[in-house]
Amino acid sequence: MDQHNHLRRVGLLWLLASAVATPLVIVLVGPIVPPGSGSVEASGQVTDNTVLLGMVTPVIVGIMVYFTYAMIVFRAAGDAVLEGPAVRGHRGAQFWWIVLTSATVLFLAAFGSWRLLQDGSGGGQGPSPIAVPAGKPLEVQVIAQQWQFTYRYPAYGGVETAHLELPDNQLVELHVTSLDVTHSFWAYQLGVKADANPGVDNVVYVTPTRLQSFDIRCSELCGLFHGYMFDTGEVVTPSAFDSWIAKQRVLFAPATRVLPPYATTYSPDPQRRAG
Amino acid sequence: MSTVAIARPLWRRLIGFNLLTATALGVGGFFLGWFIGDHIQGSSISYYSDSAGQNDLALLLGYGLGIAGFLIGLGFANYPLSRMLGRPASLVEKDDQSLQRYFGLCTDHKVIGMQYLVGIGVFFFIGGLNAMLIRTELLQPSPNVFPPDQYLTLVGMHGTMMMGMMTSGILGPFANYLVPLMIGSRRMAFPRIEALTFWLLMAAGVVLTTTIFFGGFQTGWTGYDPLSDQGQIGMDSYLLFFALVGISMMLLGLNLLATIITMRAPGLTWSRLPIFCWSVVATTLLMVLAAPVLIATLLMAAMDRTAQTAFFIQSAGGSSYLFENLFWVFGHPEVYVLALPGFGIVLELLPVFVRKPLWGYRVGIAGMLGVTLMSFFVWQHHIFFSGINADLRPFYMLSTEIISIPTGFIFLCAMGTIWRGRMRFSVPMLFCLAWVFNFLIGGVSGVFLSDVPSDVTTHGSFFSMAHFHYTIMGGLIFSFFAAIYYWVPKMTGLRFNERLAKIHFWMMFIFFNLTFMPLFVLGFLGMPRRAVTYAAHLQALNDWVSTCAFVLGISMLVFLTNTVWSLILRREAAEANPWRSKSLEWQLPTPVPVYNFERIPVVTEDPYGYGMPSIPVAAGAAPASGTA
Repeated sequence: MDQHNHLRRVGLLWLLASAVATPLVIVLVGPIVPPGSGSVEASGQVTDNTVLLGMVTPVIVGIMVYFTYAMIVFRAAGDAVLEGPAVRGHRGAQFWWIVLTSATVLFLAAFGSWRLLQDGSGGGQGPSPIAVPAGKPLEVQVIAQQWQFTYRYPAYGGVETAHLELPDNQLVELHVTSLDVTHSFWAYQLGVKADANPGVDNVVYVTPTRLQSFDIRCSELCGLFHGYMFDTGEVVTPSAFDSWIAKQRVLFAPATRVLPPYATTYSPDPQRRAG
Repeated sequence: MSTVAIARPLWRRLIGFNLLTATALGVGGFFLGWFIGDHIQGSSISYYSDSAGQNDLALLLGYGLGIAGFLIGLGFANYPLSRMLGRPASLVEKDDQSLQRYFGLCTDHKVIGMQYLVGIGVFFFIGGLNAMLIRTELLQPSPNVFPPDQYLTLVGMHGTMMMGMMTSGILGPFANYLVPLMIGSRRMAFPRIEALTFWLLMAAGVVLTTTIFFGGFQTGWTGYDPLSDQGQIGMDSYLLFFALVGISMMLLGLNLLATIITMRAPGLTWSRLPIFCWSVVATTLLMVLAAPVLIATLLMAAMDRTAQTAFFIQSAGGSSYLFENLFWVFGHPEVYVLALPGFGIVLELLPVFVRKPLWGYRVGIAGMLGVTLMSFFVWQHHIFFSGINADLRPFYMLSTEIISIPTGFIFLCAMGTIWRGRMRFSVPMLFCLAWVFNFLIGGVSGVFLSDVPSDVTTHGSFFSMAHFHYTIMGGLIFSFFAAIYYWVPKMTGLRFNERLAKIHFWMMFIFFNLTFMPLFVLGFLGMPRRAVTYAAHLQALNDWVSTCAFVLGISMLVFLTNTVWSLILRREAAEANPWRSKSLEWQLPTPVPVYNFERIPVVTEDPYGYGMPSIPVAAGAAPASGTA
């Protein structure tokens, strides 16, 4: 069989396998990819993950089909060492490979950037965010320290709570900072991740869209009890949030009086080693 | 030298420039350094005395003088001192033919290659054992085997050991051994520096292992500041270990690069250089350019701990971002230091086992050099959510994704090479084909991590952990074993038991995938890295992973059994050229003579002349034993 027939077969097999596998992956895996529909940002990430899955499936299938075909058809039988054809390259194949991989890569980068610049995609954007969703946000500060998260609500007298509650369908502007080492605030179901650096105000936007509790974990190694630095947050109706925050203000009033005034970052005294 | 053997008393034979003296001087130097450090720093930290032994300076000075004593004991000072005294230059160490040369300073690149193989192998097993202990702990969602501090030390030891020692995993044993043979040279450009890189690396491995005596360290292999500034003095072991690895890596790279540039045989033009040597060129460029950044960064971190500087302490005027940036400026090239030699090995071996020339030789070189260049421009994808340079994320997304274009070149070369070949599934070939699969999965999972919106979930989760284990274990370690099964018969003249080798391969390949594939799922389900606890509903999957990891660990014991059985007990002689390779190293007799070539060969074509009537690859490639 000449080379073209082999290539035609592999190409056909690839098209067939991709035509079956790609929709299957999108339909079956797409709906269950993380992080779910807990927020506008999370849903956006699901879209991204689904598109990426759809893109990589034919690539994996292609390489697998090619190598499997070659391993079956081109295996040497018997003990005699036979030589293959002395082909050292093919200009056209090389050219089209470069064109196709470059096009794929440029599409991925353009798509990712476009998605990112919509609303920041739930990732920490630092002190001066460029991807700002429209609407009037509720400011909430996330303060990380070894080994817990606390939360301050500047719009409610700067009360600092031990628990995170967010109103449903409300744009939230989270300000993530740390008092000691680097942590990372990861609210899994909300599709939010932002590092908490000492002295840095890391802003991230999220609009919860579902009433649920969500998992919070520290996802940057922060020392001894890093594994224990988790919490459960709650997305509640706006009215439930109002009554909750009113209660918190009363409950924590004595503490709020002695807290430092609300700021985007805090600078505790340096803790230095002796030597 | 007199040929009459003079029996020397035992004590005289034990004392000399050998490993025993070196160890004694090393231990002595350690205590001297500790003593000095205690006197310098001791009085100024009197209020700290209740936590005795928390003196960073004492430990660092101890390590420093210990290593100096160790190197002097091995004889590294002899040559510079004798040159300063006006004695003539010599390479006399190389002529010693006894088994003893493997246990001391030897400037024969073949001896150093074997030293590296065994030395790195030992630390690879220690690192692997740490992984087994980690997986034992993760059988349960909350700690039940190790307390959190020990767990973090295990995680840090595993990561640092693998990322540090295995940087030289292929270049140490195989490039040192093979590059001079492949380029038709009698030696390396800087033989003493070559020996130094090995012994520095071994000293580094010991330094890292001793961290367990000083409280361990809890930062993982990335050693982020300001967390590292809090750590106990075990942290200093990490800092010094990585700095020593950096020095060793830099010197190793410099030596190999200089060797390939200056010592190629006549006729061995750049376009005839074996592709493995090209991957060595690419890797050494990374080593030489990236490792100094690491050394400087760790020096700054060590000064923060000992001399009250504040490079990385935000609350005292420094910046934790500075550490993250500097670390990853080194750290991303570092992962390609681990990946690139694998590219070279796979492309070097495929033509031999399909009996075809390497397809797209220049594309392969472009791929390796392209990866080398691009790897310096992607480091901020490690800190996408840190809040620094958030506006630059589209750029780093683009540069990260662009790096898959040159990586794709390697796949193209592999695909072109096997096409219509006569494929034989010998053990090294199996490992190469496994590499293709593993690196494919590693590569496409990288697409999710490079895409910022997708990275929100996968960053810092088990997904990214699975990703880099697919590229490093699936890439580096599989190609490492391909190289072992392919070249060790040349290096030792002995052959492996093929049945055990195949059992090793299939166990390793199957259980590697069964171990790491579910980790992608665990990451997607929200399990963060390096956490000793996890959500209860993830236990079934974690138990599955741990069980498969243990079998993966057993597959390494199969390899070890094979090594002991084949290379120590049975000692069956290997064929002179079992794979019928046309590469220059296989044309030499086994064992390779001390000075490799009696006459330097004249190379007339590249070593991939398969698929046509056999033409000798080099005219006058006469072995030193004088058969020609």
